[in-house]
Amino acid sequence: MTTALDAGQKADLPPPAATVGVIGWLRENLFSSWFNALLTLFALWILYLSIPPLIQWALIDAIWTGSEAQDCKLPDGSRKEGACWIYIKAWIGGYAYGLYPYDLRWRVDLAAVLVIVMFAPLAIKRLPYKTVYGVAVILLYPVVAYMMFSGFVEFPPGAPEASTHPWRVVPTDKWGGLALTLLIASVGIIASLPLGILLALGRRSAMPIVSTFSVLFIELWRGVPLITVLFMSSVMLPLFLPEGVNFDKLLRALIGVTLFSAAYMAEVVRGGLQAIPKGQYEAAQALGLNYAKMMALIVLPQALRYVIPSIVNTFIGLFKDTTLVAIIGMFDLLGAIQLGNADPKWLGFAIEGYAFAALLYFVFCFSMSRYSLRLERKLHTGHKKT
Amino acid sequence: MKKLSLIAAGVALTAIAAGGAQAQQTLEQVKKRGQVICGVSQSLPGFANPDAQGNWAGFDVEMCRAVSAAIFGDTKRVKFVPTTAKERFTALQSGEVDFLARNTTWTMSRDTQLGFDFVGVNFYDGQGFMVPKKLGVKSALELKGATVCTQTGTTTELNLADFFRSNKMDYKVVAFEKNDEVLAAYDSGRCDVFTTDRSGLAADRTKLKSPNDHVILPEVISKEPLGPLVRHGDANWGDIIRWSFFAMVNAEELGVTSKNVDEMKKSANPEIKRMLGIEGDFGKMIGLDNNWAYNIIKLVGNYGESYERNVGEKTPIGLSRGVNALWTKGGLQYAPPIR
Repeated sequence: MTTALDAGQKADLPPPAATVGVIGWLRENLFSSWFNALLTLFALWILYLSIPPLIQWALIDAIWTGSEAQDCKLPDGSRKEGACWIYIKAWIGGYAYGLYPYDLRWRVDLAAVLVIVMFAPLAIKRLPYKTVYGVAVILLYPVVAYMMFSGFVEFPPGAPEASTHPWRVVPTDKWGGLALTLLIASVGIIASLPLGILLALGRRSAMPIVSTFSVLFIELWRGVPLITVLFMSSVMLPLFLPEGVNFDKLLRALIGVTLFSAAYMAEVVRGGLQAIPKGQYEAAQALGLNYAKMMALIVLPQALRYVIPSIVNTFIGLFKDTTLVAIIGMFDLLGAIQLGNADPKWLGFAIEGYAFAALLYFVFCFSMSRYSLRLERKLHTGHKKT
Repeated sequence: MKKLSLIAAGVALTAIAAGGAQAQQTLEQVKKRGQVICGVSQSLPGFANPDAQGNWAGFDVEMCRAVSAAIFGDTKRVKFVPTTAKERFTALQSGEVDFLARNTTWTMSRDTQLGFDFVGVNFYDGQGFMVPKKLGVKSALELKGATVCTQTGTTTELNLADFFRSNKMDYKVVAFEKNDEVLAAYDSGRCDVFTTDRSGLAADRTKLKSPNDHVILPEVISKEPLGPLVRHGDANWGDIIRWSFFAMVNAEELGVTSKNVDEMKKSANPEIKRMLGIEGDFGKMIGLDNNWAYNIIKLVGNYGESYERNVGEKTPIGLSRGVNALWTKGGLQYAPPIR
């Protein structure tokens, strides 16, 4: 405030103390009316009731050192007060890999490292041939990951190498834990998006056979719960197949999950397509673009951008729905945690197991939603309404 | 409705056709495949549960290993297929598994209508009660007016109703979907009594906040004979499972254990000689090697060893032998002789 004031003028007074700083913020946001003040006090009371005991249980009283269940118990066999995190420590390998053979778990780790190594270059802004590389990686990685998970050297059961060879085949029924959850979720996510786009375009197509098929497909798969789809695939299908023909259980589940979420994805994408004004289509046609080019260059880029939140919403739903594979006898992350809860060495620590499961699922779902926000900000080009 | 029953008939026919094609050749299939496929529980402490390294362990699991030892002389030639309670029968009917060793109660409808053969009873289970010590209850007959925590949709709930009605006692039920929820409700004092099968009761007791404040009542109010089962139509295969189990029981009765089985080969007792394949051709009778029983005992152990190792009093499951003791010790485990 060094500018000189004209005669007769006074400097501006500072705003009243009650409207600025911490107090001002509190008044405006938490105590703006008596009703809001009441709600604030109520929320504070709830937090007071729940947070300190939670911290006491999960951090202060928790048992961090030791190696067996006895370390979490008093000499008379009763539980100590805090959370027994050494149970999680003892079972973390089981949670991550399920029933995957212990000596081969490095293969799953290798697949995880490879996903980072292969996809990392895509983070570089001005990579030459970025699109080509991206498509190649998306097509190539599943093959590589399958080789890592499954192995490729087969031995007859009973051969000495059948339990020692580093690249021996591990059948899919042994895949499990977090690795299986991520596998089902990523296959579902990656495969359902293009399938959903095709179905959405099909549903809006002028060709009667294509649109009827799309409508039938979408309505059929949306009309049944996922749990029914999985159950049918695992219980009914074997009865109709000839003896000895065993369709891989994981493959059945993957197909079920993918088709199911593709139906939902189709409706999300259709919502985006309908938001595009007719003028955009007409402008594209006036430029002489054919159907494929019109969709790929003009319509879909806009439509998909509109529905990013809904797409990610469907992905997050799909990620959590993967837990349903537990009912067909597969041990995903939640299934592996339940295996741990049934370990006779660690009976009675189920709460810790489930708390850990909740934490892991939250971390994954929350990062997906943050990523979608970033994507929206990056792609918004003058559409954002504030 | 008509369509539905047509589909059901179709399913049944397919299952029967599959069973027919299967008949008389399960053993050949298993030998050709190089491993036996065994349906087990998804996870049941002490009976079938994998450890953190992914290795299966448990009482039912060792039944599977015993069959593998009898056929191949190797306990590793077995593939475990975890099945849910709903899936298990389809898995067996469709040939996805060769037999089930999965805590399944032997009932008439399962033995006949569903087309299975139970080969024996490897565990006599039954429903029991647990109460807090401070209630001072000594017998289930004193539970008049009690609030009972139990699982929904199981036979447990029905047995409970029968027991209280036949003893003219009133009671209240608090039921939940999952056993862990039932236990949590009991532990937080929402009910006075916790009821489930005795095979799980002792293990559930150790899960409580302070196990020593709770006591298991002596009454057993239902019959739950659990045993391995096979499909109808391949009697020879059923014999292999049956005699693998009987060999374990006979071995305990004759005092043959995994540790002393090699010395026992020199025993003068003709029963032991027949069992271990020194005399007679008993293995050949079921299409196996003559040292089939020797392999079971050497590689897995006798019935008592398996019991004590997995569910016995020294394990967290903490089950005394009770009715599962040998008949010579006042229990029900009785195996026909190998003769």
